[in-house]
Amino acid sequence: MDQALKELAEHLRDLLGDRLLADQVRLGELMITVKRDDIVPVLKVLRDDSNCQFHQLLDICGVDYADESPRFEIVYNLLSMTHNTRVRVKVRTDEDEPVPSVAGVFATANWFEREVWDMYGVFFSDHPDLRRILTDYGFEGHPLRKDFPLTGYVEVRYDDEQKRVVYEPVRLTQEFRTFDFESPWEGMERVVLPGDEKAEAEPESEAS
Amino acid sequence: MAETQIKNFNLNFGPQHPAAHGVLRLVLEMDGEVVERADPHIGLLHRGTEKLIEYKTYAQAVPYFDRLDYVAPQNQEHAFVLAAEKLLGIAVPPRGQYIRVLYCEIGRILNHILNVCSFAMDVGAMTPMLWCFEQRERLMEFCEAASGARMHMNYFRVGGVAQDLPPGLLNEINAWTEEYERCLDDLETLLTENRIFKQRTVDIGVINAEQCFDWGFTGPNLRASGVAWDLRKAQPYDAYAEMEFDIPVGKMGDCYDRYLVRMIEMRESLKIIRQCVEKMPGGPVKSTNKKVTPPTRGDMKQSMEALIHHFKLFTEGFHVPAGETYTAVEAPKGEFGVYLVADGSNKPYRCKIRAPGYAHLQATEFLSKGHMLADVVANIGSIDVVFGEIDR
Repeated sequence: MDQALKELAEHLRDLLGDRLLADQVRLGELMITVKRDDIVPVLKVLRDDSNCQFHQLLDICGVDYADESPRFEIVYNLLSMTHNTRVRVKVRTDEDEPVPSVAGVFATANWFEREVWDMYGVFFSDHPDLRRILTDYGFEGHPLRKDFPLTGYVEVRYDDEQKRVVYEPVRLTQEFRTFDFESPWEGMERVVLPGDEKAEAEPESEAS
Repeated sequence: MAETQIKNFNLNFGPQHPAAHGVLRLVLEMDGEVVERADPHIGLLHRGTEKLIEYKTYAQAVPYFDRLDYVAPQNQEHAFVLAAEKLLGIAVPPRGQYIRVLYCEIGRILNHILNVCSFAMDVGAMTPMLWCFEQRERLMEFCEAASGARMHMNYFRVGGVAQDLPPGLLNEINAWTEEYERCLDDLETLLTENRIFKQRTVDIGVINAEQCFDWGFTGPNLRASGVAWDLRKAQPYDAYAEMEFDIPVGKMGDCYDRYLVRMIEMRESLKIIRQCVEKMPGGPVKSTNKKVTPPTRGDMKQSMEALIHHFKLFTEGFHVPAGETYTAVEAPKGEFGVYLVADGSNKPYRCKIRAPGYAHLQATEFLSKGHMLADVVANIGSIDVVFGEIDR
């Protein structure tokens, strides 16, 4: 299995040339990273090349690596039924840089890109109909970003006096609790025990 | 007299309509009774499952999968635990694998019963619903016997299943397969050659194989268009490699073929269930890796080590090494995939859920354009949508 994937990776290297930034086979899955602006031609090649024949785009999703730059990764999962293989194509982008839409290559990309836009605020250029899809009408923010709080910002209720549903800022009856159960034992070398910081701080204070 | 110009009018279908199969709001642009444009508005059942999972440990994430496609919860749990197992690199003992396959097939029948019967009701046949829900209830009893919950089983665990089956259950399931075979025969006499049913479904919502690929169709909807693709055969997971069954394929790719494929699939599922019962191996039902599988009650009373493991597993949970995987299973509705990104901590960094219904519903406009309003209902029924998984 891995051998076949390595061969496919080799083939893709020849096929895509400098459009391909990186390729990797891990856990029996092939991932390639390509340049953002090349995503449309790359998917076209993957679909039409006889050694690839990735006829199905099964999924597009975003991942928010908040600490990295550019922060978002858009992941395209493709499947070739002819060769019974999968490939994962990735591009990186941030809040401002649009990703070319692949809705012209795979019709199914339409809603998946709308979902990524809705959840992460990644803009897709040339998309036929880039509206929000899963969140409420008039929703603000992009909920799957790591800096969006789990409880959200607004809550709704039916107001009996106004006879309609009203939006209000979230009021938690109990503070949101995050339990940090991560064991202190396993990461011992990185943990600074109370008092240990003095050992390093003291010589400095003497010098000054 | 000059012909009067009639303006197209918009029709709001749902979100509270029995034929919308949940909370689908469909904005239809009608030219008389012919559909010109269909714009599904989804998200009315959006609960932010993916966001919630990022804040839960791996074990706590499993119940969320029951609540996606609540008609066949087992298959979705399966996708998630397989993904986590792949990242952890742990193996499931044979008995655990067989029990999971058994319950996945029960899930498949649960799903197809609901779909076929509600589809029949959408196009005017009331009786199948009444007959088959009795069978569905029987299956839920089997779920209850194994896990304690009728619908949202939360039975699959990373490394196996939660507990062993109670004695005698396998024989009961085996006896039920005979009974259900007769029920299916009855169902077919009601529907398959029924004139009204055929008039409502044959040549409605036709989609060919090429278009299926374009729209990301998987599962029975793809097979109805003549593509023999089934992940249980093509990329077998768990004990599916040892099962013997056939993949039914359709020819026309219309609503009628999608119905037929599901009917035959139920019979194939019965075959798999019988094989599971027959070949059910002994031994443990979950991995013996103590760092992932919680100890038994008995061990906890005797062993300090077991008590510590229990405490750590139910507070901190296990850590999954950094990595990512896209793992897919053949859920009753199609390919259900989980794209799991782990960062080495006890919580998933990202868990994207690829629901088959999401891609299928998107094709509603394609399927319904130029059809009558009543055919929209047949189309929605036949592509098998459940909003738990579409809205997530």
